[in-house]
Amino acid sequence: MNRIQKLFALKGRNILNIYCTAGYPHLESTIEIMKALQQYGADIIELGMPYSDPLADGPVIQRSSSIALANGMSIKKLFEQLKDFRRRPSSGSVGEAVPVILMGYMNSVLQYGFEKFCADAAAVGIDGLILPDFPEYEFEIEYGAIVNKYNLDFIFLITPETSDERIKKLDSLSSGFLYAVSSSYTTGSDKKPGSAKGYLRKLKSLRLKNPVLVGFGIKDKASFDAACQWAEGAIIGSAYIKSLENSPNVNAATKSFLSSKRGA
Amino acid sequence: MLLVGAGAERLGKKRIIAETGAGQHGVATATVCALKGMECIVYMGEKDMERQAPNVARMKMLGATVIPATSGSKTLKDATNEAIRDWINNPGDTHYIIGGVVGPHPYPDMVARFQSVISEEMKSWQFFEKTGNNLPTHVIACVGGGSNAAGAFYHFLNEPSVQLIAVEAAGEGMSSGKTAATTQLGTPGILHGSKNLLMQTEDGQVVEPHSISAGLDYPGIGPLHAYLFESGRATFLSATDDEALAAAFELAKLEGIIPALESAHTLHALTMMKWVQEDIVIICLSGRGDKDLSTYMKHISL
Repeated sequence: MNRIQKLFALKGRNILNIYCTAGYPHLESTIEIMKALQQYGADIIELGMPYSDPLADGPVIQRSSSIALANGMSIKKLFEQLKDFRRRPSSGSVGEAVPVILMGYMNSVLQYGFEKFCADAAAVGIDGLILPDFPEYEFEIEYGAIVNKYNLDFIFLITPETSDERIKKLDSLSSGFLYAVSSSYTTGSDKKPGSAKGYLRKLKSLRLKNPVLVGFGIKDKASFDAACQWAEGAIIGSAYIKSLENSPNVNAATKSFLSSKRGA
Repeated sequence: MLLVGAGAERLGKKRIIAETGAGQHGVATATVCALKGMECIVYMGEKDMERQAPNVARMKMLGATVIPATSGSKTLKDATNEAIRDWINNPGDTHYIIGGVVGPHPYPDMVARFQSVISEEMKSWQFFEKTGNNLPTHVIACVGGGSNAAGAFYHFLNEPSVQLIAVEAAGEGMSSGKTAATTQLGTPGILHGSKNLLMQTEDGQVVEPHSISAGLDYPGIGPLHAYLFESGRATFLSATDDEALAAAFELAKLEGIIPALESAHTLHALTMMKWVQEDIVIICLSGRGDKDLSTYMKHISL
C-alpha cells in the first residue's frame, strides 16, 4: 500500500487535498508551503508544475503559474527542491506520511522525458500524478505501464459530462483516487455547482473501485462539507492560491486558511 | 460554414464559440450565427483586435460578442486557450467551431475537409480552361493555424507531381527571438490537444510567437502540417515581416490586388524558388488586405 492508499484506508472520509503551484509565490516557497500544509491539516498535497498554457485552469492558477515560471520554476528545479524532502532533519522535513501528488500538463512532462519523470518523481517520494490533458488511450497502450513500474498512482479526471461507460473505464485505469470535477469548469470558477449533488450521487451508485475526491469550485467550509457528503473528500486550489496572494507570510496564511476549512 | 452552423443546430447547441487570429474565421462564424440566429462569441487576442480592427467591427456588426484574450502574447494561441476554456465551462449548450487545423481529434481532420473547397476549386474546369492542364506544378499557401494551406493542399495530397509549398512567418528573422517559423525552430510537442511541432523551451514551455501578421503568429502548425513537413511531402519556407510587406506592395502595383498581410508571406515565396517556363503555380491568396490597411499605412512610403 502506498501513502495515498494508506490514507484512504485509515481515514477514509473528509479527505482534504490542497493544491499549490510549485515556485509560488517565491521560487523557494515550495518546501515551506508543503510543511505548513502538512502541519495545519492537509491530508494530501498536490503540487502544481507551472505550465505556460494551463488549459484546465482559471485566472488564479494561470497567474500563479506565470509568476512561478518567471521565478524560474521548472520540473528539474522542482525535483532539486524535493530531493530528500521526506528524509531531512526535523527542521526541514515535510513528513513521511503525507501523500504528495504532482499535477501538470503533458507537454512539459514529455519534454522532460516521461520515464525519467516517473523515475525521478518516485525517487524523491512522490506518490501520484494528475495530468489532465493526458488521453486515456495513450495511457492504456503505452504510458500506464511506465507509471505502474514506478509504483505511482495515476489519477484521471471525470466531469458531469463523462458517460458512465467512460467513468468506469477511467476508474479502472486510475489508482489512488478518482478526481471528480464538480461541474464542467476550469478551476476557480464562481459558478454554483448546481447539478453536483445528483452527479456525485450517481458516482456512488456506480460502485467505483477508487475513492472519489471532488475538485473545481471548492472554496470554503460549506462547499467542502457539501462535497464530503457524497465523496471521500475534496480538492481546494484557487481559493488557497488566493489566500497566498494576499499574505506575505506563507505559514500564517496557510494556518488561517486551513483552520477555516476544518472549522477548527 | 453554413453546414457547420446547421450541424451545431442539429446537435441542439444554442451558443457558438470560435477563436480567430486575423479575424477571417471570426467573421465567417459571426455570419453563419447571424443567419441561424445563434449566439456567437469570438475570442481574439487583444493585440489582434487592435491590428485587425475592421474585422472586429464586422463581427460586432454581425451581432457577435468579441472577447479579448489578454494572456501571453495576446494573439491566436491565447485566443485558442480562452475558447477551449469557454468550452470546458459550457459543454452542454455550446459548440466550438475551430478555425485552424489544430485542436484535439477530430478537429484538424474536420477543418481540413471543410477548407478543402479551396483545392476543389483549384482543380475546377476554370483551371483547365486557363492553362490547358489538369494539375498545377506548385501550390503555395501560408501557414499559421494552417487552415487555408490545409484546404489548398487537400485535393493535391495524392498527386505527387504537385509540389506543395507552405510559407511560415519568420517575423523579424529566424534568430531574432521574434518569429513564428515553427518548422525551423519547433520540436515535437503537445498544444491545444494534439501532438505537432511546437516552438517551446527545453522545459516544454510554449514560446510566444511573433509576426507582423495576425493569425500567422501561432507557435504550432497542427498535426497535418507537421506530418507534411516530416514526411517531406510539403516544402516549408518562411518570409519575414519586411519581405511580406514588400511583396504586398509589389502585388498591389503589378496586379491591382491588395492582399492580406498573411497572404503576402505566400507571395514572397515566389522570389525564393527557381522557376522554369513550364511551371504552373497556384498561390492561395487567402485574404483581402482591406483589414490590414492600418499596418500598410505605416509603411506606405516603401
